[in-house]
Amino acid sequence: MKRLFIFASALAMSAAMAEAKTFVYCSEASPEGFDPAPYTAGGTFDASAHPVFNRLTEFKKGTTEVEPGLAESWEVSEDGTVYTFKLRQGVKWQSNEKFTPTRDFNADDVIFSYERQAKADHPWHQYIPGITYEYYTSMAMPELIKSIEKIDDYTVKFTLNQPEAPFLANIAMPFASIVSQEYADALMAAGTPEDMNNLPIGTGPFKFVAYQKDAVIRFQKNPDYWGTPAIVDDLVFAITPDAAVRLQKLKAGECHLMPYPAPADIEAIKADPTLKLDEQAGLNVGYLAYNTTMAPFDNPAVRKALNMAINKQAIVDAVFQGAAVPAKNPIPPTMWSYNDSIQDDPYDPEAAKKMLEEAGVKDLSMKIWAMPVQRPYMPNARRTAELMQEDLSKIGVSVEIVSYEWGEYLAKSMEAGRDGAVILGWTGDNGDPDNFLSVLLSCDSAGEGGANRAFWCNEDFSKLLKDAKVTADPAERTALYEQAQVIFKEQAPWFTIAHSTQYVPMSAKVSGFVMSPLGDFTFETVDIAE
Amino acid sequence: MTDIPPTAAPVRLSDAAIRRRMIAEFWFYFSQNRGAVIGLVVFLLLVAVAVFASLLAPHDPTVQNRAALLVPPVWQEGGSASYLLGTDAVGRDILSRLIFGAQYSLFIGVVVVSIALVGGIVIGLLAGFFGGWVDSVIMRVMDVILAFPSLLLALVLVAVLGPGLTNAMIAIAIVYQPHFARLTRAAVMSEMQREYVTAARVAGAGNLRLMFKTILPNCLAPLIVQATLSFSSAVLDSAALGFLGMGAQPPAPEWGTMLAEAREFILRAWWVVTFPGLAILISVLAINLMGDGLRDALDPKLKRS
Amino acid sequence: MLRFILSKLLYLVPTFLGITIIAFSFVRILPGDPVLLMAGERGVTPERHAELSAQLGYDKPLVLQYFDFLGRLLQGDFGNSLVTKKPVLTEFLSLFPATVELGLCAILIATLIGVPVGVLAAIRRGSWFDQVSMTAALVGFSMPIFWWGLLLIIFFSGMLGWTPVSGRISLLYFFPNVTGFMLIDSLLSGQEGAFASALSHLILPSVVLATIPLAVIARQTRSAMLEVMGEDYVRTARAKGMPPYRVIGIHALRNAMIPVITTIGLQIGVLMAGAILTETIFSWPGIGKWMIDSIARRDYPVVQSGLLLIAALVMIVNLLVDLTYGLINPRIRVK
Repeated sequence: MKRLFIFASALAMSAAMAEAKTFVYCSEASPEGFDPAPYTAGGTFDASAHPVFNRLTEFKKGTTEVEPGLAESWEVSEDGTVYTFKLRQGVKWQSNEKFTPTRDFNADDVIFSYERQAKADHPWHQYIPGITYEYYTSMAMPELIKSIEKIDDYTVKFTLNQPEAPFLANIAMPFASIVSQEYADALMAAGTPEDMNNLPIGTGPFKFVAYQKDAVIRFQKNPDYWGTPAIVDDLVFAITPDAAVRLQKLKAGECHLMPYPAPADIEAIKADPTLKLDEQAGLNVGYLAYNTTMAPFDNPAVRKALNMAINKQAIVDAVFQGAAVPAKNPIPPTMWSYNDSIQDDPYDPEAAKKMLEEAGVKDLSMKIWAMPVQRPYMPNARRTAELMQEDLSKIGVSVEIVSYEWGEYLAKSMEAGRDGAVILGWTGDNGDPDNFLSVLLSCDSAGEGGANRAFWCNEDFSKLLKDAKVTADPAERTALYEQAQVIFKEQAPWFTIAHSTQYVPMSAKVSGFVMSPLGDFTFETVDIAE
Repeated sequence: MTDIPPTAAPVRLSDAAIRRRMIAEFWFYFSQNRGAVIGLVVFLLLVAVAVFASLLAPHDPTVQNRAALLVPPVWQEGGSASYLLGTDAVGRDILSRLIFGAQYSLFIGVVVVSIALVGGIVIGLLAGFFGGWVDSVIMRVMDVILAFPSLLLALVLVAVLGPGLTNAMIAIAIVYQPHFARLTRAAVMSEMQREYVTAARVAGAGNLRLMFKTILPNCLAPLIVQATLSFSSAVLDSAALGFLGMGAQPPAPEWGTMLAEAREFILRAWWVVTFPGLAILISVLAINLMGDGLRDALDPKLKRS
Repeated sequence: MLRFILSKLLYLVPTFLGITIIAFSFVRILPGDPVLLMAGERGVTPERHAELSAQLGYDKPLVLQYFDFLGRLLQGDFGNSLVTKKPVLTEFLSLFPATVELGLCAILIATLIGVPVGVLAAIRRGSWFDQVSMTAALVGFSMPIFWWGLLLIIFFSGMLGWTPVSGRISLLYFFPNVTGFMLIDSLLSGQEGAFASALSHLILPSVVLATIPLAVIARQTRSAMLEVMGEDYVRTARAKGMPPYRVIGIHALRNAMIPVITTIGLQIGVLMAGAILTETIFSWPGIGKWMIDSIARRDYPVVQSGLLLIAALVMIVNLLVDLTYGLINPRIRVK
């Protein structure tokens, strides 16, 4: 209570000062917690990893390029397996009512931050019952990192089991946020380790102030921030799950910026002079994955024919309300190595019908799986499936639409021998093409526990990916990925649907907001005009 | 049942006469209530609309017209005479969807009430007739079900069974069934004291016959009133489940589901939000008006007031 | 009286056990696997899946899991949310005041309007007021409140701009959370305009939530009044020349209030169901929305313990209603 009183008076004081600026963000979802490592939701990271914490490497604002963060510089060994990081000096930890740091950020914090996730016997590995480190595991860090050593207070050495080109991008991801070991020790001593997740202490541009569950999160500018300090004094997240309500609040001036507007509202937002709209192709893809191990879908000609029978533009118009680019490749156009020279299959039902006949397929009936939930890459799978159903009926293919509860959908769609084509998609984690192609289309991920829902295993394609992964030179990697996309298009394991555009509506008074291709929302650069 | 005495025929005749008189009396009281008659008329209209949906609807309720997305109603600028109440986000005619939606709502009401009524009567009869531990156990279970807010329990049940119309109906019926069970039990218990029951028992009537032929017909009035009430609640609750994405699944033109789909357009296209809700309100209101009339006509205690 | 209370309490024990069984078993047979949901599109290897399930205790036999659950309940441990990893009870308590505030406001509106309207309608039986108000009550009783809420938002927030769209208070105000009730806390904070802001946020949701109880209360009051006014003692009082307001005020109203109070008390179940819809529409950070979200996320422990807590709450309120009823009406007790 006391803590809140003090913050309240601090806020009241800052409100008294004319120049104090409060920026309100109408966020979409409640954060799961404030320790970024155990969670996976973007909304959680926007409220924890981005405002409060930093990582060794960071994504340069507005790009997927990696730049120095808490590590000032690094050296990579010849064979690509040893990374030596030089840490930034004089970085201050934040403080709160319960904790005042006695030392700056150093190598111990780095080691602590990684080891608590890596080692099952670490005292902080299970500091909350049932906690798991999903991102650390799913980015294959346990298999990748052999050891982490402290050379001195400001030098840390990571040794990998094999060369991994995307490593520097991986450790710029939210799960790799650096937390304070001293704070952890203090919490453990006080018997309240769960506060690590409730009252975060970081090195980032904003300090955490208070969270009222499912309603409001408050942050305050961190005056001691090592980088360029934030412009606004207070940052408030007003949690508003409903898109229509978010827009209402934005229009009413109750918040300055919102994520994920309903596609239907885009036109109205554009027409409103008090609002402005930033847009960018999202780092995502929506697709329809055939079961390439099952007849007749094991025949690329059949898959191609079906692809040519579906009116992609109609889906973009009706389902995405135009807020998407039709997809021809499995990776989005904002990603490096996107192969723009590839021609998409034309929409041509007549030709498609012929191709099916030539392939000897008659009276085909198939299932299309429609996800039960809305995802950034797919605003309405059911509507999409209905459109496909209608298109395919025109070439004599009858379609039954099926759906399952989301968890079941994810599991059943990965079961071998699955009947039907699955609508699904992917949002990139770290901006590396490998994060799309290997995860979604390689032979390795075609089995149990993978995410290759076409069960598509093309040796040539997978070989190209493997080579690219151990190649350090970006130009060489680009060439390999471009080649892989050519094979993908020839083989057509998917009907690529669209890359949805990300829109960020904001008040016309807002300046300095930089959209992240990764879909993050960060506010240290924003300003509000009076 | 072969031992019917030969005198049964004349008795049956007078039975029919009594029944006719009862119905006439019932209709007299029912028709006194203007609201009830209006409700009945609207309800019959609704039934007619549902039955003749395919004849009445100007369009197929699921066919999408990509050239006519979110067309406003005919009287508004930009409206079109071929879509009297406008179209939704994928160009389906709202009027046609509402017309077919009537089928869903009535179907849901009938199914839910039938399941709940039959289940409740059987359970209530068992509890009331046998009493003792059977009664205790059954009534405790009913208490448990009633301790949960109905919509919440239905939601969890649907989550268990999987979202969809059938499961939503089952869930709602399970949640409603204790009301019928309790009513039946209470009525049975009071009827059991009556002389005619003792008489029947003395005459050697079996348990089943006693329960269903002798006692049940005498407890019907409150059950009918409860059934009407449940009918309207079922329409409301299934729409609420649909609205929360747990009821009928798109593209079914169920009214609650239509509302859920329309929610994202609330600031842009008022008609996709307004009409389905209005349809729900009107049908529920009509049924409730009828229910009031029924209660007044059937429940002698309330006739006075 | 004490025996009456005790017997009522004893009676609750088996019901409560039944509730734990239902809460536990329903949730455990929910299809969908929290581990899979956590993994998302990426998928999870069978080994990792087994590991995570074991960690969450979902690999043990169901009966054992139930007794585990019951044992922990007795120690006041309602489990931890799978999503936030925080104790369910903590989360429940942090959201509960929002729902209570909304519910109390709704029941207040319903009672303060419903009772006078019902009384007046009964006194002026057959008048235009009676007809209009009872028609309105029936409309209210038939209202799909999720639609009603949307309409009010379109009209008052969208078109007129009078009320805020969602939330509990303008974000400009920030004060300590003393009681958890925004109306009281805003007054305690002494910040200018805070109370008005909290009130303006509360008004639409509570009107929406009040709609059905209001209709029920008005109808119930009217028929209770009519019944009492037909009783002999009221007729006698009237015949003796007692002024009408005294007849109504002293005899009729007091006796008619017994069933009305019961009705009001029994609205809690209706309110909880309504809160699920109202909170969803208005993004109100309360129990109802929390339950819906948790069902969608397959957050087993939250759904399980949430169901339990809500049912227990409804039971307790019903018990209180019973007891009040017993107090007012001694005949019940004797029986």
